[in-house]
Amino acid sequence: MSGNTYLNLSWLPQAPINFTSDCRAVAKLDSDVGLDLQRLANYSLNGNQLNRLSKVLGSLREGGKSLAPLSSFRLGVLSNSTIDFIIPALEATALRRGIALECVKADYGQVIQEALDPNSIVNRAKPDAVLVAIDLRYLMLREVPGNKHLSLELVAQALEHLRTIRDGIRKNSGAICILQTFVPFPEGLFGSLDRLLPGAPRQMLDALNIGIAESIYGTDDVLLDVAAIAETIGLANWHSPSQWNLAKLPFADELVPLYADHVARILGALRGKSRRCLILDLDNTLWGGVVGDDGLEGIKIAQGDSTGEAHLAVQRMALALRDRGVVLAVSSKNNDEVARRPFREHPEMLLKEEHFAVFQANWQDKATNIQAIAEELSLGLDAMVFLDDNPVERGLVRGILPQVAVPELPEDPALFARTLSAAGYFESVAFSSEDSKRAEYYQDNARRITLQKKAGDVDAYLSSLNMEIIFQPFDKTGRSRIAQLINKSNQYNLTTRRYTESEVADAEHDPNCFTLQVRLLDTFGDNGMISVVICRLSGTRCWEIDTWLMSCRVLGRRVQETVLQELLKHAGTCGIENLIGVYKPTDRNGMVKDHYPLLGFKSTSSESDGTTLWLLNVSTAEVNGVPMSVKSIGFEKLDPVSSSDGTYLPLDQ
Amino acid sequence: MELQEVYERLTQVMQDVFDDDDLIATPELTAADVDGWDSLKHIRLVLSVEKAFHISFSAAEVGNLKTVGDLAQLIRKKT
Repeated sequence: MSGNTYLNLSWLPQAPINFTSDCRAVAKLDSDVGLDLQRLANYSLNGNQLNRLSKVLGSLREGGKSLAPLSSFRLGVLSNSTIDFIIPALEATALRRGIALECVKADYGQVIQEALDPNSIVNRAKPDAVLVAIDLRYLMLREVPGNKHLSLELVAQALEHLRTIRDGIRKNSGAICILQTFVPFPEGLFGSLDRLLPGAPRQMLDALNIGIAESIYGTDDVLLDVAAIAETIGLANWHSPSQWNLAKLPFADELVPLYADHVARILGALRGKSRRCLILDLDNTLWGGVVGDDGLEGIKIAQGDSTGEAHLAVQRMALALRDRGVVLAVSSKNNDEVARRPFREHPEMLLKEEHFAVFQANWQDKATNIQAIAEELSLGLDAMVFLDDNPVERGLVRGILPQVAVPELPEDPALFARTLSAAGYFESVAFSSEDSKRAEYYQDNARRITLQKKAGDVDAYLSSLNMEIIFQPFDKTGRSRIAQLINKSNQYNLTTRRYTESEVADAEHDPNCFTLQVRLLDTFGDNGMISVVICRLSGTRCWEIDTWLMSCRVLGRRVQETVLQELLKHAGTCGIENLIGVYKPTDRNGMVKDHYPLLGFKSTSSESDGTTLWLLNVSTAEVNGVPMSVKSIGFEKLDPVSSSDGTYLPLDQ
Repeated sequence: MELQEVYERLTQVMQDVFDDDDLIATPELTAADVDGWDSLKHIRLVLSVEKAFHISFSAAEVGNLKTVGDLAQLIRKKT
């Protein structure tokens, strides 16, 4: 059910199994507790977990530990129901938004008394803001079906009561008020007539909520639109009669984490902590498919195509966010020219180059790129949101740049836009004409910035992926996928030689061919076949690498080095002394121009069409340790190449 | 669900709610035996049990619980 996006806070990663011991470890820390607390809060946590985290926060605060760089915030809370479970959830959730929150709770049911008495618990505490968490049971708004005059009067009285609360708090504590809209009960009276008949339940409630919104607009006080949260979740899910009866819980207990997240967004916005820049991946995020492989015509972005429309919805949302002042940027593993083509030439694209302040399409890791974007825009990393369909990229950025918000995304791109919106990264408490001009202030010229320094330890992250690489010679099972990769891969493809399935089958049995099909597994699952290599015996004791290609999805994970290591191993077994690499340039494969020199091959010659030849001596070649475990299956049958009368290939340098 | 499994899973829930890894659910255990088992924690426990076992209790059922044994029996009846 897609409503679960909200209920489960599914933009946040699942809490680790050892969350409890992580909490205990942070409780014992001496320094940097602020960021550690924030890290723990950045999981999807249930009520018990939030409670645990708030205890850690409480004990660190009591111990006098510095909670920097978190901002402190004191929040008074008034309510007519049991909010004892909500308070710790608020304190723990606020950490997610960079706030060390301290709640001051009034006694049960004490609302107007607390507001009007200068010496009340909340007023005495001099809070920064007071959350008036009351619901319809407090107001007891009596329905008067058909009596328009009386209904207007009752709504006006209710609004006047709320005004008295606000004024009292302002006068006695100086704090601003966070007022809530009221959530209707699903139990109606007439049915659909409830919405229009003066004095019917919904009609009065609508008038009340509109009145509240109007009374707050343009003031310092702030609205928390609880009615909107409840609408999103469903009224029947929001209200739990059993839990109200059992313990006077104002709404279903399982919704406390969502409610707390919404309160924390408001507090974050009040403290200037809302995000200001959205960094977008391209392939399979802004459009369906991989532009470098599928081409301009092959990517899915058209109206009428279900995948295309899903990605268009992401573009539409990004554009709407830009209009309200969110700066847009791109971080994509792509060739710059190739990545810009859809923006320039595809008629269905809503986003154009001029909508982006920075456009980073290159083959460097994304953490390095995002850091460069933040510096270029003079926005902190904590102002960034990074949207990417690839869980490995998300994990890398979270690991190296924990300040960047990186929403989890579901498999189905139809839910990308919803998930981004549900996360509430860009919550604002006000909107001015300057906001709408902000994107322009950042000069949307889609500029490309040169990367200076690496952002962090990518290898350490790669090790944490528990990658397992599996090598096999071509076989019948892999045949059709091998042929597919050979005919589809354009970017990480050294020679772009296309072979039919039967030619692939021939290579399986050809004694002069050495073949590799490569699969990669990691903590996120099985990536399937991601690389293919064909070597042909050339001259004596020499393999020419006829084909070497790799899926761009696993770029930057040192797969090519591991493949070379495997090649060298088998070359040694087969008595091969030299590997010859061939690079045939096309308009798509510029990214592998330096594939061979980066792997330690020496240049031997170049031809007039741009083809370059490279040589590597098997016995002296060195490959650095690779961050994955290697498995070789099915190579036992291969006979060492028997040849004795070999002449050696000359090294002309 | 077998009573033994109920106790095993109940132990997990109780350890989570009371933040105490040494707590073991036994039939005779009552609120008086456990640190911090006040009326609010009691509600927290009931809600956590409902969620963990995918069941729900009426207020009357909750009111009749005297021991962990009562709770385990009630869970077994509903699962």
